[in-house]
Amino acid sequence: MASTAIDYAGAPAEPLPQELAGPRGARPRRLLSRRNIFLYGTLTVVAIYYLLPLYVMVVTSLKGMPEIRVGNIFAPPLEITFEPWVKAWSSACTGLNCDGLSRGFWNSVRITVPSVILSIAIASINGYALANWRFKGANTFFTILIVGAFIPYQVMLYPIVIILREMGIYGTLTGLVLVHTVFGMPILTLLFRNYFASVPEELFKAARVDGAGFWGIYFKIMLPMSLPIFVVAIILQVTGIWNDFLFGVVYTKPDVYPMTVQLNNIVNATQGVKEYNVNMAATIITGLVPLIVYFASGKLFVRGIAAGAVKG
Amino acid sequence: MGAVSVRNLCLNFGEVEVLKNLNLDIEEGEFLVLLGSSGCGKSTLLNCIAGLLDITDGQIFIKGRNVTWEQPKDRGIGMVFQSYALYPQMTVEGNLAFGLKNARVPKDEIARRVARAAEILHIEPLLKRKPAQLSGGQRQRVAIGRALVRDVDVFLFDEPLSNLDAKLRAELRVEIKRLHQQLENTTMIYVTHDQIEAMTLADRIAIMRSGAIQQLADPATIYNKPVNKYVAGFIGSPSINFIDGQLEIGSDPVFRAGETKISLARYQFSGNGPKPGAVTFGIRPEHIFIEKAASDQPFQAEVDVEVIEPMGADTLVWSRFNGSELRFRVDGQHPVKKGDRVMVGFDPARASVFDAQTEMRL
Ligand SMILES: Nc1ncnc2c1ncn2[C@@H]1O[C@H](COP(=O)(O)OP(=O)(O)OP(=O)(O)O)[C@@H](O)[C@H]1O
Ligand SMILES: [Mg+2]
Repeated sequence: MASTAIDYAGAPAEPLPQELAGPRGARPRRLLSRRNIFLYGTLTVVAIYYLLPLYVMVVTSLKGMPEIRVGNIFAPPLEITFEPWVKAWSSACTGLNCDGLSRGFWNSVRITVPSVILSIAIASINGYALANWRFKGANTFFTILIVGAFIPYQVMLYPIVIILREMGIYGTLTGLVLVHTVFGMPILTLLFRNYFASVPEELFKAARVDGAGFWGIYFKIMLPMSLPIFVVAIILQVTGIWNDFLFGVVYTKPDVYPMTVQLNNIVNATQGVKEYNVNMAATIITGLVPLIVYFASGKLFVRGIAAGAVKG
Repeated sequence: MGAVSVRNLCLNFGEVEVLKNLNLDIEEGEFLVLLGSSGCGKSTLLNCIAGLLDITDGQIFIKGRNVTWEQPKDRGIGMVFQSYALYPQMTVEGNLAFGLKNARVPKDEIARRVARAAEILHIEPLLKRKPAQLSGGQRQRVAIGRALVRDVDVFLFDEPLSNLDAKLRAELRVEIKRLHQQLENTTMIYVTHDQIEAMTLADRIAIMRSGAIQQLADPATIYNKPVNKYVAGFIGSPSINFIDGQLEIGSDPVFRAGETKISLARYQFSGNGPKPGAVTFGIRPEHIFIEKAASDQPFQAEVDVEVIEPMGADTLVWSRFNGSELRFRVDGQHPVKKGDRVMVGFDPARASVFDAQTEMRL
């Protein structure tokens, strides 16, 4: 070979002068730069904008009626009282009954828990079957399901009343659970299908070679690696169903009204004086469940939404 | 009938014909490598044999049993995938045992087989770890172990090493070969597009191109006597030199390109002998010698060096011969540089001659 070789080892480089003038190391950060002021200023304003109503609700719910009549809604309570909270929970009148929100709370629990479990169980199996077992007609089925997600609820309200009546479950909790399960199906199936489709196909093939069947793969392979997406689905469903008003008012009877409907009945009661403190307390109590769900699972929620590839 | 027989296999994805009337017989204990460029249907064929794809037409036999309609688990096969495909939430031990648990193998038997596989593959210290805590090489070992514990007769490998770096690949390659020697009567079908893997591992190589097998033979035959121009060009790195010209039959057959004549008196023509006409002459770079060594060869010519590519052990030289590119190797220590005029020589008996039209070997 010609003398093309290059001596990479080379001679040692000349030592650099000890200290050279000019910037070195991490760039200095000023706390009160214009950028920071603007950034934190905006964030603070937005935060206040959202927190102020909550603040007003909390302080009002802790005041007595005489204090409220004074009229300063921003003033902190002079004399803290939990009376309105107790009343909202156990003795406010909601239409016919006067046993407060407690009845509605338990109704909502009895609606939400089975609806969430049922809808997620069915939708996850749907999504799994659609993503991994490409059966005949899978695409048609999926298309129909997605189209279903775009039909406005209003169109279906009355037909469903008739269906439930014919089935003999109109006005019962069972009927409402069924409605929630059905209406959750399109979006949840889409969610699960897309998640399962991102699981490497070879993992699924390996499990088949290892002799796992439809349920074996679902329970032993897919479920354990899909915790984040289940958390997302639970949050979506719990908040959605808990906050639902329309289906609750249409498909149930006063005895089994969910909490949101009862709250409305308390707040919009036409006779007697408006008890703002009780109304505020009732509203906060009703909103507590979704709030707790968010706080408890925020981190997992973000992870589930961002979850794409699954490392194997 | 061999360990695995594929009869008239066809597979379509909708309109696309991926495998076309494919036939393949693999002997018991054989190591067969499926080699081909990307998209030629290697993985598809393997998935058909494994039962992971429903075939359009044809039959598949494993150990003489018609398994065409059987589930993957009932076919007596183990499969190793390119992406390892380990179950992420299970420990290594759980991964190995999963198939056995599904088959309801007794507990002590599972423990025994897992221990044996772990010993063979040197993964005993890793048994309690999750796949995410393993390196690529370790993961692939576990993946092989998962096939190993199932005590199957046929192993299917789908590019098991292509996610690994060069050094690890070479190590695991030897280990797979050792494994094959250790497990007597175990048939292995191994998909790759790495020629070195194919040449070193295979008892026989099947070269595939767009869903059909072009040549099925032992590595030496594939290398020395490729059946067509595609196979000749596919095998060997740097790839074979092709020179276009005419085949003339005088007292002896002669290849003529321009003014140059190369006698093919000692070339072994296949089938019904030479026919005059347009042909392509193929000679491998490593069969071309230079200078002193060249003068011992039956044919010599002078060429100009255009480009050199030093690769350490040897240097690849690009030159031109009768208008066609001619590549050859010289020893890494041998001084050549651009613009040199060197004498090259080769033995036409080691060349391959292809019909210009059909591209089949003559
Ligand atoms: N599910 C599918 N639907 C339609 N076409 C497919 C499908 N899977 C594979 N193909 C096509 O079949 C052909 C063969 O694919 P295959 O995966 O067997 O190639 P391969 O030889 O394994 O390639 P590689 O070396 O890149 O892995 C390709 O042209 C591919 O586009
Ligand atoms: Mg492939």
